[in-house]
Amino acid sequence: MASITRRKFLAATGGTAGAIATQGFFPAVLRAQAEPLRIGCPLPLTGPFAALAADMQRGAQLAQDELNAKGGVMGRKVEVLFRDDELKPAVGAQRTKELIENQKCQFIVGGLAAHVQMAINEQTKKAKVLFISTSQSDEISAKPDTSPITFHEALNPTITSRVMGTWVAQNLGKKWWIIYADYAWGKQNNAVLQDTLQKNGGTLLGATPYPLGSAEFSAHLPKIQAAKPDVLMSMTPGADNIAFLKQVRSFGMDKTMKIAQPLLWISYLKEGGPELYSDIYGSINWYWELQDTIPSAKKFVEASMKKFNIPPGDYGAYSYSGVLEVARGVELAKSTDSEAVANALRKSPVYDHFKGKQWWRACDNKSMQDMWIVKGRGPGKTKGDWGLMDMVAKVTADEKYDRTCAEKGFV
Amino acid sequence: MDFSLAAVLPQIFTGLVLGMLFVLLAIGLSLIFGLMTVVNFSHGALYMLGAYFTVFFLGYTRNFWLALLLAPLMVGTFGLLVERFLIRRLYGRSPDDPLLLTFGLSLVLIETAKLVWGKIGLTLDPPRELGGAVNLGFMAFPAYRLFVIAVTVGVLLALWAFLTRTNVGLIIRAGSRDPLMVRALGIDLNRIWLLVFGIGCALAGLAGALAGPMRGAYAEMGVTMVIESFVVVVVGGMGSLLGAVVAGIMMGQVVGITTFFAPALAEIMVFVVMALVLLVRPSGIFGEAGLME
Repeated sequence: MASITRRKFLAATGGTAGAIATQGFFPAVLRAQAEPLRIGCPLPLTGPFAALAADMQRGAQLAQDELNAKGGVMGRKVEVLFRDDELKPAVGAQRTKELIENQKCQFIVGGLAAHVQMAINEQTKKAKVLFISTSQSDEISAKPDTSPITFHEALNPTITSRVMGTWVAQNLGKKWWIIYADYAWGKQNNAVLQDTLQKNGGTLLGATPYPLGSAEFSAHLPKIQAAKPDVLMSMTPGADNIAFLKQVRSFGMDKTMKIAQPLLWISYLKEGGPELYSDIYGSINWYWELQDTIPSAKKFVEASMKKFNIPPGDYGAYSYSGVLEVARGVELAKSTDSEAVANALRKSPVYDHFKGKQWWRACDNKSMQDMWIVKGRGPGKTKGDWGLMDMVAKVTADEKYDRTCAEKGFV
Repeated sequence: MDFSLAAVLPQIFTGLVLGMLFVLLAIGLSLIFGLMTVVNFSHGALYMLGAYFTVFFLGYTRNFWLALLLAPLMVGTFGLLVERFLIRRLYGRSPDDPLLLTFGLSLVLIETAKLVWGKIGLTLDPPRELGGAVNLGFMAFPAYRLFVIAVTVGVLLALWAFLTRTNVGLIIRAGSRDPLMVRALGIDLNRIWLLVFGIGCALAGLAGALAGPMRGAYAEMGVTMVIESFVVVVVGGMGSLLGAVVAGIMMGQVVGITTFFAPALAEIMVFVVMALVLLVRPSGIFGEAGLME
């Protein structure tokens, strides 16, 4: 214990001495110019979500470069610092704390897995630092977990599963089996899907939880196969998705039922290949072929192609937008104070960084946005390396798809 | 819920395939432990290497069968080097030392795999001729999984023949009973240990190579498998090959059947069964008392 206290003491005295030295020797303006605006970005850079996290890292980097090319934010350079949260809530919390306390990050943008993002949020709330979450979660924008400085850029299980569930029930069939990763995001989707199915007069034949990050689904499949559902709804995120679809196809189940999932991710479509994803349905917040119709999407795709030679994915778009929103908020507020930035964003909530008009709903800081129903293009139908999905339908942003402010605990 | 034979039979069959991977991993662990008293914690990482090497050789040769042969050989060769240059230095010391060494080695291998093959993981398809499903009458079962069962049974028979019918096998069995006496007969046990470690590693590589087309290849794929395989070894009895086979198949069934009734409990049940077995037989089903002392 003694050594920790000594270390803390040294760090504290050293920090204070440093602060006095800088304040004493440099005028305030110079100091402000020298110090970049730091945004912390915790992501699961290793583990089953690594491909998505890499996409998000690229998105945030693009936003940083774009801002710096314009001369930064309020004359300060923007610096995004990435940390690996290892897909573990405790690590996510620790890295966030480190970003805020040691690296002096004034804002946090990121998070990918719902349960880790909740842990990040606990830290940002405690440190009074604005957090723009880029993970799908219902609780993050609902009481008691949310806060006035917590913003939620991503879609959430309620919206995706209501929209996707309704579309699937009306277009693909009403007898479902649901399989879901047994953690916050999967459970929330499962609950909303079951509710949506019931409202559409469908029948639930069964719902199976499985441990996230598991590559073995075969023990679940015979039972599902025997139940003969019209639709197999799957929430098997990240690398699990490829293993899952492979096994489903090897059991021949793709021939007897439709497969739909509230999320499809282009990184895994690319890795798994068109044959694996052929005719798999999903809903998505963004897809790079939107560049044909949406100017901000085109700008974003071009920047990504130039820097990384691959188009951004849907989650890269979230983090890109999140970083740009922090910058917009700072410029609107003319301050880096988290509360002031949050107020500024609520006061002028409409923005468009990559997909057309989005807005922050005033009560819960939830981003309202368009989404699309997509389907994997089979082999021979793909366009180039990355043209892997057909857009089946567009769903225009509407607050009615999310829970109401009252349902989320705001009165 | 439907509890008829027609519903449970497919479950038993999928559990069997899962069991085959456990058996291959556990046999290797048990062989190495039984003869050398080395708890090889890098076994999961070697399983992962097996999967990655298969992808690698498949890319080069465009021939799945050749890749399936080469990958375990490469992992086995790697095992020989590990024994010769790392583990051999630790003989005669406490069993904790090789355990720590192999644990560290597995971390190094996982990180190296990430550097070499990326963090995302790679996918790998079964060969065309095993791509489809076979109608077994009660269900359509993936042809590739039937192949996995066949290969495992074949390897087990070959291993059994090797251990019971050859001179080297005789020495291995004798060495596991009484190393001092074997040495006294003028046999160089170092070479036997080298061989056994290599075979054990090659079996882990084979398990990974077989798992690849079902599960893909990714750096962390061995992390949970090695724990489950150790459970299998403990349940079967440390060092008992028959125990590894029986417990491996049993654990496959435990996972398969639990998944049928209560999917959320499938992972836990493996440990529950281990606890129950150890309560009744503290040294495992086929274990001899005092092996770890």
